[in-house]
Amino acid sequence: MTVTVYVPADSAAQSVGAEETAAAILKEAAARGLDLKLVRNGSRGLFWLEPLVEVMTTAGRVAYGPVMATDVPGLMDALAVAGDHPLCHGPTEDIPYLKNQERLTFARIGVIDPLALDDYEAHGGLSGLRKALIMDPETVCEEVTESGLRGRGGAGFPAGIKWKTVQGLSAPQKYVCCNADEGDSGTFADRMVMEGDPFMLIEGMIIAGLASGATEGYVYIRSEYPRAVAQMEAAAAVMEKAGWLGGSVGGSGRAFRLHVRKGAGAYICGEESSMLESLEGKRGTVRAKPPIPAIAGLFGKPTVINNVLTLASVPIILAKGASFYRDFGMGRSRGTQPFQIAGNVKRGGLVEKAFGVTLRELIEDFGGGTASGRPFRTAQLGGPLGAYVSEDMLDLPADYEALADAQAMLGHGGIVVFDETADMAEMARFAFEFCEIESCGKCTPCRIGAIRGRETVEKVLRGENVAQNIALVEDLCELMRDGSLCAMGGLTPMPVLSAIRLFPEDFDRAPRLAAE
Amino acid sequence: MTLHPETDYGTPAREGAEVTLSIDGVAVTVPEGTSVMRAAAMVEREVPKLCATDSVESWGSCRMCLVEIEGVRGTPSSCTTPVRAGMKVTTNSPRIEKLRRGIMELYISDHPLDCLTCAANGDCELQDTAGAVGLREVRYGMAGENHFDAEHKVAVDVSNPYFQYDPSKCIVCSRCVRACEEVQGTFALTIEGRGFESRVSPGAGGDDFFSSDCVSCGACVQACPTATLVEKSVVEHGTPTRSVLTTCAYCGVGCSFKAELQGDTVVRMTPWKDGGANEGHSCVKGRFAWGYATHKDRMLKPMVRERITDPWREVSWDEAISFAAGRFKAIQAKYGTDSIGGITSSRCTNEEVYVVQKMIRAAFGNNNVDTCARVCHSPTGYGLKQTFGTSAGTQNFKSVEKADVILLIGANPTDAHPVFASRMKKRLREGAEIIVADPRRIDLVRSPHIQAAHHLQLRPGTNVALMNALAHVVVTEGLVNEDFVAERCDTAEFDRWRAFIAEERNAPEALSATIGVPAETLRRAARLYATGGNAAIYYGLGVTEHSQGSTMVMAMANLAMATGNIGRDGVGINPLRGQNNVQGSCDMGSFPHEFPGYRHVSEVETRKLFEGDWGVPLLDEPGLRITNMLAAAVDQTFKGIFIQGEDIAQSDPNTQHVEAGLEAMECVVVQDLFLNETAAFAHVFLPGTSFLEKDGTFTNAERRINRVRPVVEEKVEVSEWEAVCRLANAMGYPMHYDGPAQIMAEIARLTPAFAGVSHDRLDAEGSLQWPVNAAYPQGAPIMHVDGFVRGKGRFMLTEYVPTEERTSRYYPLILTTGRILSQYNVGAQTRRTENSRWHDKDILEIHPFDAEERGIGDGDKVTIASRVGATTLVATVSERMPQGVVYTTFHHPLTGANVITTENSDWATNCPEYKVTAVQITRSNQPSDWQERHHRMEVENYRLATAAAPAAE
Repeated sequence: MTVTVYVPADSAAQSVGAEETAAAILKEAAARGLDLKLVRNGSRGLFWLEPLVEVMTTAGRVAYGPVMATDVPGLMDALAVAGDHPLCHGPTEDIPYLKNQERLTFARIGVIDPLALDDYEAHGGLSGLRKALIMDPETVCEEVTESGLRGRGGAGFPAGIKWKTVQGLSAPQKYVCCNADEGDSGTFADRMVMEGDPFMLIEGMIIAGLASGATEGYVYIRSEYPRAVAQMEAAAAVMEKAGWLGGSVGGSGRAFRLHVRKGAGAYICGEESSMLESLEGKRGTVRAKPPIPAIAGLFGKPTVINNVLTLASVPIILAKGASFYRDFGMGRSRGTQPFQIAGNVKRGGLVEKAFGVTLRELIEDFGGGTASGRPFRTAQLGGPLGAYVSEDMLDLPADYEALADAQAMLGHGGIVVFDETADMAEMARFAFEFCEIESCGKCTPCRIGAIRGRETVEKVLRGENVAQNIALVEDLCELMRDGSLCAMGGLTPMPVLSAIRLFPEDFDRAPRLAAE
Repeated sequence: MTLHPETDYGTPAREGAEVTLSIDGVAVTVPEGTSVMRAAAMVEREVPKLCATDSVESWGSCRMCLVEIEGVRGTPSSCTTPVRAGMKVTTNSPRIEKLRRGIMELYISDHPLDCLTCAANGDCELQDTAGAVGLREVRYGMAGENHFDAEHKVAVDVSNPYFQYDPSKCIVCSRCVRACEEVQGTFALTIEGRGFESRVSPGAGGDDFFSSDCVSCGACVQACPTATLVEKSVVEHGTPTRSVLTTCAYCGVGCSFKAELQGDTVVRMTPWKDGGANEGHSCVKGRFAWGYATHKDRMLKPMVRERITDPWREVSWDEAISFAAGRFKAIQAKYGTDSIGGITSSRCTNEEVYVVQKMIRAAFGNNNVDTCARVCHSPTGYGLKQTFGTSAGTQNFKSVEKADVILLIGANPTDAHPVFASRMKKRLREGAEIIVADPRRIDLVRSPHIQAAHHLQLRPGTNVALMNALAHVVVTEGLVNEDFVAERCDTAEFDRWRAFIAEERNAPEALSATIGVPAETLRRAARLYATGGNAAIYYGLGVTEHSQGSTMVMAMANLAMATGNIGRDGVGINPLRGQNNVQGSCDMGSFPHEFPGYRHVSEVETRKLFEGDWGVPLLDEPGLRITNMLAAAVDQTFKGIFIQGEDIAQSDPNTQHVEAGLEAMECVVVQDLFLNETAAFAHVFLPGTSFLEKDGTFTNAERRINRVRPVVEEKVEVSEWEAVCRLANAMGYPMHYDGPAQIMAEIARLTPAFAGVSHDRLDAEGSLQWPVNAAYPQGAPIMHVDGFVRGKGRFMLTEYVPTEERTSRYYPLILTTGRILSQYNVGAQTRRTENSRWHDKDILEIHPFDAEERGIGDGDKVTIASRVGATTLVATVSERMPQGVVYTTFHHPLTGANVITTENSDWATNCPEYKVTAVQITRSNQPSDWQERHHRMEVENYRLATAAAPAAE
């Protein structure tokens, strides 16, 4: 009897030894003459358990982890006698971390072989596209609007409305661009999708193309994601061979072609207009709006730009209907959000939950509190340009509007946890430094403001005219927020001002300086 | 105000339906698509700005122009926000004031505070804006990271001869980069580095401005709001205190400039935004290469000598005039009235040209007047007159903005007509297609953001075959615009032409081998021209300077008529004129067969008109052309010539024949700025004035009459027009004018197309495009709109006849000649400027195979020999050339490129066949015989009496 074993080929798993573990498993199986089928799936997103090895049993898939190469012989011994093993976590689906999630977008990730189209289809793949093919473009746009799907890149703009704008324009060429320049610290959901279920993203892009009238699609992937690039290229080749990409999508006579493009290491190219510049082969700098990309985007043509998670949410919306999707969530935040829990946290990983889950549930229930065991101090939500939150804000629901009201933001769903050792004045300094390093240099508030902000916070750190310099930083933040050309400069004040507002004690350097 | 301030609206004008909005409570109506910034400037609610300027599209980077708009979140930038009907904009509020001051505070925290010693002091937008926003302190201090202190400052790039780049003053507004892209279209500049490190950079690697792709057009300097990019002349002299509007004296584009001065010293020339030809753009010649006007070589006193081997003797104007008149009269007494003549100059004003031709016709009593247009665009005049009825291009330059397909034949605008080339490139970047017909791979075949749809790399001399093949496709593939032809053209002539052109021998397949272009390529090019929308033909001397130059002009006119591409924006037949006033000099009656306004000397009514006005009987037979004059001189029947502003010994073909003709004459009068090549053969030298001193008008290639105004005091005692009048008086014909305005009044009185032109009107309206008369009171930017000038358009049969200049085993290569960007024609002006740093000698371009066969490497000295002469120059191996064709320029006298060119010429107009000369190239290490003789003459014939010359031999 063939034994099927799953070892993720996800970059996060690989970074902790999945390749070695996989090799050891094959070696051991050969040595033991075991009929073993190794499947390289994506990651389940339970990172503290990676490399997470799953073994198919009559009772379903059973999880073991973290399984290092050295653990493999022992594991094989245990498997041979169907015995217990200290690394066993029982059936994978029963692990509370996974069981308590609402996985719509991530339903297949970690489950299937990412490049096996039949596996994909067997798990519900392509049914959204099949439906879209028999709908007219307006109806597809309406369905997406109806689902309440909002842009998952951070801005939260209703996807269906964006599509409808492009759909309503007549142009000789339109484009769909997928923003996969996932550069926020502590985020990895896009990468997991591209590595673990690339067909889903491609299916979402094809549907976007059919709905908007775009016949060319581009995926812009950051260069730091070589494996995602390789997976997307391989998946596109498979889809093309199967007739889902090319001159006649699924034999419909409607064209959609896909191009995979690699970034060149600039954070700013995750900003949509810089991404367009970069895709056009130019220097990655921000474009002024208007015109919005939906009207004049890539090469000046109407363009749908969506984040990976947005497009990846589309197939299930089409497959199961708008109301299925919109039944998840709260308020104006509908559906689910793949949260990424990282930083100083016990159980880092991917948690897909409906909007409305509280930060505390995410950080404490799923994340298990700080990894260091020291008291929680803060978490930064939504990447390096997001706000820090204090302990007493943790009962806030993860909802676009609720967080905005609390002067924070969800962004791309990244949550980075810090314990009590975090120096928030230093974090404010770092926010400016990050902006200084990553600014494209086009607009003045960001280009010069970032460096002056860093210098001024440094003065505060040195105890120089603290009150005046904090006031100057606040003035500068107002200028950067209101005056910057894009969100890079516009949001840098978020971490700075939240640190000053929530942790004022850290900016009074007199005690520390006295102690030195 | 003496400085001619120009309003900068911040963003370009738009066309479209009108939209009304309110700015600070003031209603303003503007075309849709206009920016809020521009709308605000139109009602004098100018918003502070640094990265916006109306020559380039908005950019939105400085954030100085933030405004508040009712119902709009935040503070949008007014430069990037288009107007909306009913919009309510507030340009100032406490919030906005605070933001603007905060932005300025950031700028100044990284700017050297050396305003008082800065070249832009008083002419700096950063300085002005800091004042406008009320910046009072820099709370960040000046000790943070910066680009200006000793630790950080990068050396000023002074590599360009005319301007410098100081990165420490750069505010990264990208106006220079965008001007280089959008206005000039060269894409030489970029921003290097990210974030705070961002700075302007001339290209990649260690390039400085001089080694980069920069063509020194000055657009970046013009766009720079600070002293980051600034003219060296401003660094040297300071900011100008007065300005005069005038017209460039280089090519036929005729750019308008603002000459900016301190006292009588020109500080800089800046392109004038309201100039119809250039709309604020310029090239390296007009913008920077005007220093020749004060060059030490300039001659300021009249001189005479008995024989051309004598040293020159400075004399008074009276003596020089009476010397010349005496000799001319004696010659006429001895050899007859027809034994003298003159040549007018396309470099001179309409008024100057007019008096010269009048002097010849009225005072010399013959029609022996010709002009340098003879050797460039005479076939244009002839061909367009035959087909359309008037000797001029059909469009204005602006028309190119509406062209969808451009057929460019025998012209290299990026070098020879750079400012127009920039307009053309802009249109090409917007998506228009270009078909280039040229043996060389010129820049418009492929350069940044330009890719020709077809490059028809034809063999020199096969233009007519090419045009016939294209027309054949149009006629035989049903692409004729039958309605246009039926309504606008002479249908009998058309039918005759259609039958002719449809003959199999005119098919691409039949002519492909002759032309050297595959038949299918010819067919595709023809289809594109005929079906691609508005199709416009632009051409240069590669069309006219052939034995079939006139035939070719008519062939192009045929094609345009057959496809209906005449009489509206975006189409037409457009000659790119070589010299600033070549159109004007032709208009002014410079040809031996025509009075001003292209009226034949045999027309009784016309002659009567002029005889009545001038008070003398006029000859009814055409006089001699230049080539005839020189031939007659060799035959001893033509003995005296007056040459104004033309250097025929360098510019005309077969130099040795020209020199023989000049040497045979008894009185050669040269009027010029410099002792040019022709002056070596002169007996009288009259000093001329530069364009900075002249008062009059130039007419450019689009028939635009522009004012040339005296910018500085005249450096010679007597103006050209006055010298000519004095000579006429001394010859016995009274000629008197109070000034150039009065000459123009006479031109208007006697020339219907100029009836409405006067200096007063030009001063009031800027410029006018002729015809300006009762039928066209405001002039005519586009011609033949409702009908052809001659009535019905006329199709002419254009049989291809190969030139007699053939290659042979002794002369296996074809030489073709042209221009380069930095130099101009015979180089008399540009060689006396820093432009020579780009091009200090003429270079022979040769294809690698041809070079290999002859053992020629890059930089080798080679001898180029034709059936008539030989010269030596340096070769460069270049794949721009097709095999079998070599190329050089004729900017340097020592090269003597025209020693090689032959006397073959256009059958109709004698325009020389410069573009086709059979030659052989060999490696060489010594000057040619001609060059040695030239060198001897340089020593002998230019001696001045004041110099320590040896006693007469």
